Amino acid sequence: MNNKLIQSIVQAIRQIGRNKTMVFASLFSITAILLILGLFFILLVNVNNMSQGIKSTFDQVQVNLLDTTTRDEASELMQQFEAMDAIENVTYQARETALENWKVKWGDNADLLDRLTVNPLPNAIIVKLHNVEDAEDVVAVARAMKGVERVAYSQDTVDKLISVTNGIQVVALVLIAFLLVVSVIVVSNTIKLTVLAREREITIMKYIGATNWYIRGPFLMEGITLGLIAAAISGVIVSSLYHYVVQSFGLDFMMVLQMGFVRENFLITNLAIVFISLGISIGAVGSIISMRRFLDTK
Amino acid sequence: MTEEVKNTEKKKLIIEYKNVTKMYGENIGVEDVSVKIREGEFVFLVGPSGAGKSTFIKVLLKMLDVDKGHIYYIDYDVTQLQKNEIPHHRRSMGIVFQDFSLLPRKTVFENVAFAMEIVQMPRRSIRRQVPAMLELVGLQGEGGKYPSELSIGEQQRLAIARAIVNNPRVLIADEPTGNLDPETGWEIMRLLEQINRRGTTILMVTHSADIVNAMGKRVIAIRNGKIVRDEVGGQYNPEEDDDPDGDYSDHALFSLRNFDEERRMAHVSNRGKDE
Repeated sequence: MNNKLIQSIVQAIRQIGRNKTMVFASLFSITAILLILGLFFILLVNVNNMSQGIKSTFDQVQVNLLDTTTRDEASELMQQFEAMDAIENVTYQARETALENWKVKWGDNADLLDRLTVNPLPNAIIVKLHNVEDAEDVVAVARAMKGVERVAYSQDTVDKLISVTNGIQVVALVLIAFLLVVSVIVVSNTIKLTVLAREREITIMKYIGATNWYIRGPFLMEGITLGLIAAAISGVIVSSLYHYVVQSFGLDFMMVLQMGFVRENFLITNLAIVFISLGISIGAVGSIISMRRFLDTK
Repeated sequence: MTEEVKNTEKKKLIIEYKNVTKMYGENIGVEDVSVKIREGEFVFLVGPSGAGKSTFIKVLLKMLDVDKGHIYYIDYDVTQLQKNEIPHHRRSMGIVFQDFSLLPRKTVFENVAFAMEIVQMPRRSIRRQVPAMLELVGLQGEGGKYPSELSIGEQQRLAIARAIVNNPRVLIADEPTGNLDPETGWEIMRLLEQINRRGTTILMVTHSADIVNAMGKRVIAIRNGKIVRDEVGGQYNPEEDDDPDGDYSDHALFSLRNFDEERRMAHVSNRGKDE
């Protein structure tokens, strides 16, 4: 680290020490904003995870075959599916396999299925898609094929879930952007007060020949330090809260939606990166904005 | 032509105003000013309040842009400087203000060191040069104090130390004695003369006829933005030089009239001995 940087950091710490009330007020505001922002971040990441989960669960189309359709005819149909770009892979599911799978899903109640004298399930072709959005096209093609009884696909459910998760993502992103703007305004106003108190000093520095960046240095460091402290406080709070939620409700969530929360380690590491970047950016942008008017003059 | 004038003319040109005009709307700042200042000169800029003295200094420091004309400093045109070149231009000059303009949150040492820090002098040089500079202005041992703990005269001496610590070729002093009692005013003048003898060109704005007349240096008198008189070894007579309409303010009449005459004579005779 060079002398100038060390000097800026020392001055920033001194400056923070001199304006305790203002610093506390802005620290409190930025921490509160980052806290809300952090919660939205967690929501966004989990909703995104859920959305991916939904897409991967529902990204397949089950094409039930007529009883009269032979295995060779089924293979021909499979080749037709494989030729389509939207399709990742195609597998044949014999009615016996389908029944076995059904029994596994029923778990403790599987013995009820043993009473069946005839397997009611059809032979089927399971078509896995690259992208769930292509499902409709594939379903239309499948329905037109010879030897197909019906095409099973939970389109409505998938569409609803996807539109809900997309909606949540958009709202969270808008709120995050709004909160970012608010926090930049809070930091810039805090620093503006400090700058106002030192306006004369800044003018003197300019007359002596200090460059704008030399004058800006300590204020910039002050903003960044404030941002980083707020990021650390809110980061710890949000991480602890997430830990508590995962520990307390993780299993229930898994039971209901058949998918878990985003892993704690992964989320907290990313949260730390996001908060540190945000803290630095909010502080830096806030202080640059607040000083613009004072440094613009000759 | 006197010997002093001849000697001065041999010296290198350091500042040149060429037909410089600066207006504030309808009001004149300076109008069609042309003047040459050579290296090592001690120049008094005199005139009533609002005559254009501050504008004269501000355009040189590029605090204001001129409307017409050019100002050459050493080997470049100040009027053509880009925004990012202004700090470097100012660093090449020392500036002393009437209100001292010290940095109140910095100690005496730090105030002087600041001027060296902004030109990126190494720490070692700062540690060596600042005490030497403080000693030169008579502030040895005061490095740890804050400006508010110094007397008025000491504060102005500190401002001078800060202005000359980077060995500027030109020292601009804007009414450096304006806020001082006569005795302290003369102390500052002695210091400025000492700095001038080391080769630094001094351009000093003042209202004090007593100082100008006792020092016998070059006097540039400004009135209504125009140079009305420019002579080496000139005198300053406020009633005659300044606006006869009575524009001359009470402040301008700041003088050393109550000044202890003995002390003034002692100064003048000391100067004589030095020379």
